[in-house]
Amino acid sequence: MADKPAKESKSGRLLDIRNLRIEATVYPPGEAPRNVTLVDDVSLTLERGKVLGLIGESGAGKSTIGLSSMGYGRGGVRITGGEVILNGRDILKGGRSGIRKIRGREVCYVAQSAAAAFNPAHQLMDQVVEAALLHGTARRAEAEKRAVTLFRKLGLPDPDNIGRRYPHQVSGGQLQRVMTAMALCSEPDLIVFDEPTTALDVTTQIDVLAAIRDAIRDTGVAALYITHDLAVVAQVADEIMVLRHGKLVEWGGTRQIIKEPRQQYTNALVSVHEIEHQEKKPTDHPFLSVKNVTASYGNGQVKVLKNVSVDIHPGQTLAVVGESGSGKSTLARAITGLLPPMEGSITFGGKELSNALSGRSKEDLRQLQMVYQMADVAMNPRQPVATIIGRPLEFYFGMRGKERDRRVAELLDKIEMGKGFADRYPAELSGGQKQRVCIARALAARPKLIICDEVTSALDPLVANGILKLLLGLQAEEDVAYLFITHDLATVKSIADSIAVMYRGEIVRYGPKSEVLAPPFDPYTDLLLSSVPEMEIGWLDKAIASRRMESAGN
Amino acid sequence: MLDIKRIPPGAWIGLVLTGFFVFCAVFAPVIAPYGNAEIVGDVWAPMSADHWLGTDNLGRDLLSRMIYGARVTILIAVLATALAFSLGSIMGFTAAVVGGWFDTLVSRFVDLLMSIPTLIFALVVLSVLPSNIVTLILVMGILDSTRVYRLSRAVAVDINVMDFVEAAKLRGEGRGWIIFREILPNALSPLVSELGLRFIYAVLFLSALSFLGLGVQPPAADWGGMVKENKDGIVFGIPAALIPAGAIAALAISVNLVADWILNRTTDLKGGRGNG
Amino acid sequence: MSSPIVKLILQRLALGVLLLLAVSILIFVGTEILPGDVAQSILGQSATPQSLANLREQLGLDDPAYVRYFRWLGGLLTGDLGNALTSGLPIASAISGRLANTLFLAATAAVIAVPLAILLGLLAVRYRNGPIDKAISAFALASTSFPEFFIGYLLVYFFAVKWQIFPAISTVFDGMSFWERLQAVALPATALTLVVLAHMMRMTRAAILNVMQSAYIETAELKGLRPLEVIRKHAFPNAIAPVVNVVMLNLAYLIVGVVVVEVIFVYPGMGQYLVDHVTKRDVPVVQAVGLIFAAVYIILNIVADIAAIVANPRLRHPK
Repeated sequence: MADKPAKESKSGRLLDIRNLRIEATVYPPGEAPRNVTLVDDVSLTLERGKVLGLIGESGAGKSTIGLSSMGYGRGGVRITGGEVILNGRDILKGGRSGIRKIRGREVCYVAQSAAAAFNPAHQLMDQVVEAALLHGTARRAEAEKRAVTLFRKLGLPDPDNIGRRYPHQVSGGQLQRVMTAMALCSEPDLIVFDEPTTALDVTTQIDVLAAIRDAIRDTGVAALYITHDLAVVAQVADEIMVLRHGKLVEWGGTRQIIKEPRQQYTNALVSVHEIEHQEKKPTDHPFLSVKNVTASYGNGQVKVLKNVSVDIHPGQTLAVVGESGSGKSTLARAITGLLPPMEGSITFGGKELSNALSGRSKEDLRQLQMVYQMADVAMNPRQPVATIIGRPLEFYFGMRGKERDRRVAELLDKIEMGKGFADRYPAELSGGQKQRVCIARALAARPKLIICDEVTSALDPLVANGILKLLLGLQAEEDVAYLFITHDLATVKSIADSIAVMYRGEIVRYGPKSEVLAPPFDPYTDLLLSSVPEMEIGWLDKAIASRRMESAGN
Repeated sequence: MLDIKRIPPGAWIGLVLTGFFVFCAVFAPVIAPYGNAEIVGDVWAPMSADHWLGTDNLGRDLLSRMIYGARVTILIAVLATALAFSLGSIMGFTAAVVGGWFDTLVSRFVDLLMSIPTLIFALVVLSVLPSNIVTLILVMGILDSTRVYRLSRAVAVDINVMDFVEAAKLRGEGRGWIIFREILPNALSPLVSELGLRFIYAVLFLSALSFLGLGVQPPAADWGGMVKENKDGIVFGIPAALIPAGAIAALAISVNLVADWILNRTTDLKGGRGNG
Repeated sequence: MSSPIVKLILQRLALGVLLLLAVSILIFVGTEILPGDVAQSILGQSATPQSLANLREQLGLDDPAYVRYFRWLGGLLTGDLGNALTSGLPIASAISGRLANTLFLAATAAVIAVPLAILLGLLAVRYRNGPIDKAISAFALASTSFPEFFIGYLLVYFFAVKWQIFPAISTVFDGMSFWERLQAVALPATALTLVVLAHMMRMTRAAILNVMQSAYIETAELKGLRPLEVIRKHAFPNAIAPVVNVVMLNLAYLIVGVVVVEVIFVYPGMGQYLVDHVTKRDVPVVQAVGLIFAAVYIILNIVADIAAIVANPRLRHPK
């Protein structure tokens, strides 16, 4: 076991996982510890130089399977059955020292958050070459030269000197590339990519994705690419394996999975963004108008909103899109009065709203409700669902007792949850159910406008899809308008009537959906639109090529 | 909804012992075999059927003095803890919710008080104040309230920025609802377990002061004072001083066990349901 | 060393000086403005009004409070701590030997406690949730619940009286050899060690555990490093700052413990001196000694903060 067998050839089977079973012991507080099965009887094979995408929602076991190829279980996770055959021998039988010889030499790992995965106390170069030096596959000078070549290939700025920097001196997108270089530096046979672009903004993601894809292709390394985003994995993988609850759902070539899925679950994942939504035309009388609003934090020090104007029409949805730091959530805070604007005004139903929250009447407050990104912390954990939904009924309409309970039951019905949930606490609900309760709480006030701040971005795609459908249904029933804040353009397409694109505190493009999404585009909207992964093989090449033409043209 | 079978053994020991000490304190005159200051035998008589724990440095029954001592110790510690808690948590919550200059002023003053070790500061102040129980409770309570202030302010500040509090503010709820219905229920479990720790600290602090001769003055005595009275016997091999000292340790450990259990029981909750 | 670090350290030092001044005011105010009359306490209840007035004038008690404060502060800064009321002797000369004794005792305890606490903390992390970890945390629970004098008299009862290994009373005098001194402080140093050990160990455990759960430790493991290498190369550099912080905070805690321990073992140090003079209501001594204790405490806290600043790579290598 000690020595790595000579590589037979560039083809042939590299990894063969047979009947893998992975368990963990969980310690629910106040209850006896029990075993849970995270991965149940999963088998896969990977040829040299090929890329297998592992896809599934949270809890599907995809990271756990990926790490098993390095004989690693995160936080008490145990491999309890099956074989992991790498380069012709079962690594699980190699003992601790046998596994250590494989890690960092034959298999390397790229984590989701490179910012946390680099040691803050050491320079990047020392960390990049560490594994190569440890396993004696290269001398220091040689390894560093290799690293610089990789930095250059991955498109990092100043490749000769970036290695002397510390992790906190480099941006998140760049760190993700450095981590890829770190994995490639030991010239391994296999790299496990664990959601390497998930934490990045969409316009950064496309560049990192292209860099990773090119690096894989040029070095001929094999890869397990783990992600929850089917459109992303379709760009890099030769084959895709769909997992759910630790079990295999479907495994096939990339084209077959995204074009002709055989399983219903795969089909649902593929068609997740396809919601039919008929765009409504703007009316002559918007009920809420934001006019030339400028807002800042710290007494005018940092301007986060610059001269922003938008209108919201009754029963329609205005989507505000932008990347992190674009000011889209600040716009919501300005409208609600949590961050009173320095300049500009907000009119509601023909009269001007007080800028500060304290100056608004109860009726004004009732008309504007909010739903948050993190449903967990948006509900008081000490209140049951009936109180959470019932409080606005009491507060705004003075409903009590049976009358209130009846209305709570009605609202629970509207969000497709039964009466039985009334006495549950938030911690006893799933992520999607929590978000539904938050929507019911907003709806209870019978508002004209609900501000939805990234309401689907913390949820798995299928659950998010359900929430979007619910919101559209409720809009048709209750004639409520939405201000829908998101970074996800696919969501925007499914739900918006009009769109405002924000960039660095300003609105760069605004109008009805059909106009905003039709060319000619301004440069930023073009960049944003072309960066959204599409479920189509070869999209990445086209997107990069069109962007290159664009930049060459400018 | 407390399921007795689910209480872990550690917590059982803690509950039973704490209950026992409190029982002694409450019913001291009824259960003590002799009077508190009554001289009933020889100096430092060994344990016997008449005097279960022997007698002390003046020939008083040690068991009776232990029982009365429980009363003094627990009473002063409870009052000091109550003072520390009401003062600290009211100021802490107010500072967190009101903010602004009030928060800055109180927080800086608390920082200043905490930059001097508590025992040293208490010694400095007690050098000029009259020695009586009221002074003792005030000094202990005020000095200890700084820690309660820090904790309750920190907890309230954390909760105050959570989305559900923001949602209540956006709904237009008043300050009363926000403090008592949104923040307080979520701050309760860290505060309750802190209550236990502050009580232990008050017991240890009082004992240290009395041991140094600056706490409860004779002829009344708490357990710390009884250690001081009997400490000279140690070098002659007479363990009388170890009994009150051990009692302090036992009280502290048992309250600790209970506080631990309460903290575990309430932090992991499934929402509002305690699952104990 | 780059400029942001120097700036932060200077800021912290300036804050420390400010804090010391504020503390001196607090101690002065706490002893001078509260009820109680120094002249009365010196002369006793039977003093005539005339003699009281004379003494007040002699001690400068008739001057306004701020004048007396600045006179006192000026004296402190020039090394003149004033005279004790009870003996009339200068406080500075009475203290010097005692300060050395206290520092010797505290240092002995620290030399034992610090490595032991770090070692046990490491063991607890290495065998997390195992029997060693559980035993260590049970010991910590017990030891934080024990009053200092319980530990102290248990040691005396067994080691000095029953088995007669060490003296029960720690007499030290000039001209003792280092070895004799060590023997004299053996029991008080052990008691002090036990008092701070549990806290220090618990906090060390938490600090190291925090580092060991970072994602970069996983990265190192996935490179195939041996567990010891992972700790040496990746955990250690990041754990220094929190551990130094823990150690300093607990050394500050030693100061409180030392007062009680000195009284138990009748050890001629600052703590016993302070307690004696509190009982005698000798205000100038209490002010001076109280301020020295507070100053040591504050300085240790500043050292802890500075250690954390220096060890932070973000500050050492700014963008």
